[in-house]
Amino acid sequence: MGEVMVITSGKGGVGKTTTTANIGTGLASLGYKVVLVDTDIGLRNLDVVMGLENRIVYDIVDVTSGQVSYSKALIKDKRFPDGRLNLLPAAQTKDKTAVNQAQMQKLCEDLRKEFDFVLIDCPAGIEQGFKNAIAGAEKAIVVTTPEVSAIRDADRIIGLLEAGGLRNPRLIINRLRPAMVKQGDMMSIEDMVDILAIDVIGVVPEDDTIVISTNKGEPAVLDDNSRAGQAYRNITRRLTGADVPLMNLEVSEGLFDKVRKIFGMGR
Amino acid sequence: MAVLDFLNRMFSRENSNNSKNIAKERLRLVLVHDRSSVSPEIIEALKEDLIRVISNYMEIDERSLEVNLNNEDSSVALVANIPVLGLKRRNVPR
Ligand SMILES: Nc1ncnc2c1ncn2[C@@H]1O[C@H](COP(=O)(O)OP(=O)(O)O)[C@@H](O)[C@H]1O
Ligand SMILES: [Mg+2]
Repeated sequence: MGEVMVITSGKGGVGKTTTTANIGTGLASLGYKVVLVDTDIGLRNLDVVMGLENRIVYDIVDVTSGQVSYSKALIKDKRFPDGRLNLLPAAQTKDKTAVNQAQMQKLCEDLRKEFDFVLIDCPAGIEQGFKNAIAGAEKAIVVTTPEVSAIRDADRIIGLLEAGGLRNPRLIINRLRPAMVKQGDMMSIEDMVDILAIDVIGVVPEDDTIVISTNKGEPAVLDDNSRAGQAYRNITRRLTGADVPLMNLEVSEGLFDKVRKIFGMGR
Repeated sequence: MAVLDFLNRMFSRENSNNSKNIAKERLRLVLVHDRSSVSPEIIEALKEDLIRVISNYMEIDERSLEVNLNNEDSSVALVANIPVLGLKRRNVPR
């Protein structure tokens, strides 16, 4: 039985879709059978981030409404010749009420019989779309950026996840800018962990290669020279149980931190 | 250690005017409020505990008891309004 994991955040634009694409592709690179489910109905995006937008025939609503089987709707990513990476696209012309929670539970139950990982890309917000996305999930990843509004929304989402029975969600901090953290103008990893009180599964730096890879439809996790890609490779391995330390840039320890440690002034 | 104080200031590390410290403080306040509204059960549970403890000392009007979290300028206060019907003479636990 595979694992059903929802990637959520509350706030839009913090990197849920980018994260879903990269973790999914990363897991497939490690040999796992993976399906990505885009539940952002009306605002389909995961297909373009994955570079699979030209091959869509059926979508999630065709499957949940019983019109076609999921295997007919899945798009196989040709970067993996054995078809181990798949996408179930969102419907673009319908609205969020076209799917309900019972249908999502059924879909996830079906998918986890065939796949090692079922990754659900959640829409922004806390309404129906969010409730659908978490309905069939047993694990959750919360994505935030180091900003007040994103962290506030993440905190609210963590409360709602726990109320919905999804205990111990794990945090991805996206778009961290180590230089700003050093200046004291951006919250650090520790600051955010203090506030949100959940485990961090990874930290992804702000990185132009994310924009470039999205332009091309090739997840950065496949680019050996991308720092964000490296961060996603690390997250992927942590998800499979490996103990991978945070990347150096993630820790962003400046000279002054070292001086403080030497003088025993560290916290 | 004066040298470190100086370094601290120079690198503006502990300076509470750093925008990240402002962000943290604002988040702290807003989350106290958000969290209490996510779970009104917590306020309910607190009410029940309050009633139990205070009833050891006085008779209170349980139905008119009010407990709220109020946002003030730079703090959040727990404000309880507990109408007292009478004091108990004995049974004061030590
Ligand atoms: N680490 C990063 N560095 C630079 N840009 C990023 C990073 N993560 C996300 N982005 C950009 O931010 C935008 C929003 O990301 P997206 O994954 O679509 O967010 P969401 O799905 O949460 O709405 C996209 O344009 C994406 O390319
Ligand atoms: Mg998205």
